[in-house]
Amino acid sequence: MTKQRLSGWGRTAWTVADTVSPADETEVRGTVVSAGSRGVIARGLGRSYGAAAQNAGGQVLLMPGTAVGRPYSLDQTSGNVTAPAGMSLDDILKDSVPRGWFVPVTPGTRFVTVGGAVASDIHGKNHHFDGSFGQHVLSMRVMLSSGDVVNLSPRENAAWFWATVGGMGLTGVILDVDFRMLPVESSRVRVETERLADFDAVVAAMSTDGDDGTYRYSVSWVDLVATGKATGRGVLTRGDHATASEAGGKEVLAYDPKVRVAAPPWVPNQLLNKFSIKAFNELWFRKAPARRHVGIESIPTFFHPLDGVRSWNTLYGVQGFIQYQFIVPLGEVEILRRVIEAFAGQGVASFLAVLKRMGPSNEAPMSFPTEGWTLTLDMAAGIKGLPELLARVDGMVLDAGGRHYLAKDSHVAPQAVRLGYPRFAEWLDVRDEMDPGRKWNSDLARRLSLLERG
Amino acid sequence: MKNGVGVPQNIVLFGGTSEIGQAVVSALLQPGVARLTLVARDLDGSATFGDSIEGDTEVEIVRFDAADHSSMAAVVEEVSANGRDIDVAVIAHGVLAEGTDYYADPSAVHGLLAVNMTATAALLYALAARMRVQGYGRIILLSSVAGVRVRKGNPVYGASKAAVDSLALAVDHELEGTGVSILVVRPGFVVSKMTTGMKKAPFSSTPEAVAQIVARAVNSGTTIVYAPTVLRWVFGIFRLLPQAVWRRLPLG
Repeated sequence: MTKQRLSGWGRTAWTVADTVSPADETEVRGTVVSAGSRGVIARGLGRSYGAAAQNAGGQVLLMPGTAVGRPYSLDQTSGNVTAPAGMSLDDILKDSVPRGWFVPVTPGTRFVTVGGAVASDIHGKNHHFDGSFGQHVLSMRVMLSSGDVVNLSPRENAAWFWATVGGMGLTGVILDVDFRMLPVESSRVRVETERLADFDAVVAAMSTDGDDGTYRYSVSWVDLVATGKATGRGVLTRGDHATASEAGGKEVLAYDPKVRVAAPPWVPNQLLNKFSIKAFNELWFRKAPARRHVGIESIPTFFHPLDGVRSWNTLYGVQGFIQYQFIVPLGEVEILRRVIEAFAGQGVASFLAVLKRMGPSNEAPMSFPTEGWTLTLDMAAGIKGLPELLARVDGMVLDAGGRHYLAKDSHVAPQAVRLGYPRFAEWLDVRDEMDPGRKWNSDLARRLSLLERG
Repeated sequence: MKNGVGVPQNIVLFGGTSEIGQAVVSALLQPGVARLTLVARDLDGSATFGDSIEGDTEVEIVRFDAADHSSMAAVVEEVSANGRDIDVAVIAHGVLAEGTDYYADPSAVHGLLAVNMTATAALLYALAARMRVQGYGRIILLSSVAGVRVRKGNPVYGASKAAVDSLALAVDHELEGTGVSILVVRPGFVVSKMTTGMKKAPFSSTPEAVAQIVARAVNSGTTIVYAPTVLRWVFGIFRLLPQAVWRRLPLG
């Protein structure tokens, strides 16, 4: 056991916990069963932006790797995968893509573990088309706080299964997961890129996708620092996996993701300021072709652009940064506009703001996605007046029937969960059933009182 | 639990009627602060301040005897009952006892030292112990420039501040790696009810100005702040002066 200072990907709210890297399932059980009053939580690759995978004063199980759970295997005929919870999507893709299989859902980074993907019920650019990660899970083995291991699936212990999907690790330790992969003919993506002059154009263009089933993937980058009418202008990218003939060439399934550069070890705190971010956004907009353009891109370029820079999260300096992601129902486009104005009005510059239209929700009570618009923006954590601004925006989102993504959250109040997730109490009942001794805990759970009713 | 934009959920103020303490707490209050606990001997005085607080913050008042070092662990336990973590603790209580004739009554030193030194030291340890269990926490200790180089006039006060100030710095060092840290605040002369009737010293400050400096430092890794900040340089020189020069300074 080692004392270790931990934070989320946003590098804010650091706390110290005893960390354990379990060598096998028995060691996980040993840690869980002997956990003290501060509890225990499993941690993957630490890509949650806030405090979901840290546990101040308690214990943290460092899961990355393949030591715990059944070994990785991919059935070439069915496309079903068994993966240990600590395995990353990166490691899976390296094996699966050359064999013609892609993960059913990937977020903006491939450096997430399978366990984290389930616990956060992650979504990607294909949510309107394929739903979130949990919907592709066939079954999983979960260790309860009693030390017992249970098999959960949509048919077997369904309530426990769906409470664990999006349950932020607070129902048990996911040991391994069986899920369905997506067949692909190539390792390339056919991408249509379109520059849109203002926010209305972005919304209009995105309102049609999915209906005709043409685009599996769709997302829009929006420029929130451009001023005047250009606020909210964007670059819409939509696409699908390229067929073998579209990809052309001989080695259509060749896959070689490379981390090209690393962020410098020391970064001046003001590197990402209003001016550099504005310049970046301008450049990003100009870089996109003015007219609709169809091209072939690699998987990393299309899905994981930021993975090309190792530890890009240090670019905000010691203050760290937060990522604000919320969703509002489809009819609430006006709220998106007001939120954008609220941030722009206070000069909050966002490096990368992303808008996505989400499909219907699944059966998991704490799953974030639900039919609507989700907007994601990042900002330096040290901006003056940020707590007040965020509180105001949180209120707007909740009033519009929206909610916040817990895997990204680093600041909302406990009430935001109770209002945003109407099935929270139902989830809590199932959670308590799975963990009567209340052994799971995290800094996120403490801040949001996720183990308490009130 | 503190959040990602530096807002503590639970703040505890020891010395609920201290003007500087109240100003510091007011500067820390922002959306997201769920609870403020005022710990004081004077419950009514604390309640007046508590009532003035607007917003969603719940205010709780706890009584303690600032001179009773043996009760400090119990007080810390009380304010962190039910697994409630203390995100930020402000230690602001203290006595000045200006004008006491210690030559006439040497035993009078005890009254001041019991509060400013012994009980404060015990409180510091009690908080550090609790926060070490939490794996994080920030203790704000209101010290004084009077403790940087103790001067004639009120040497007992200066010595008490020197004692807790240097204790806090060493404890902060011991706490390295625990997630817990201490911020030592060294204000100069602060115009407040504690100093009513006293001659204003150069570089004087107000509780609000001190609070602003503390609010800026609370989320940083800083260990020592001066208020006003210029005093860092002034006292950096003062502490190095030979005794002969120091004694001749026209500091009143």
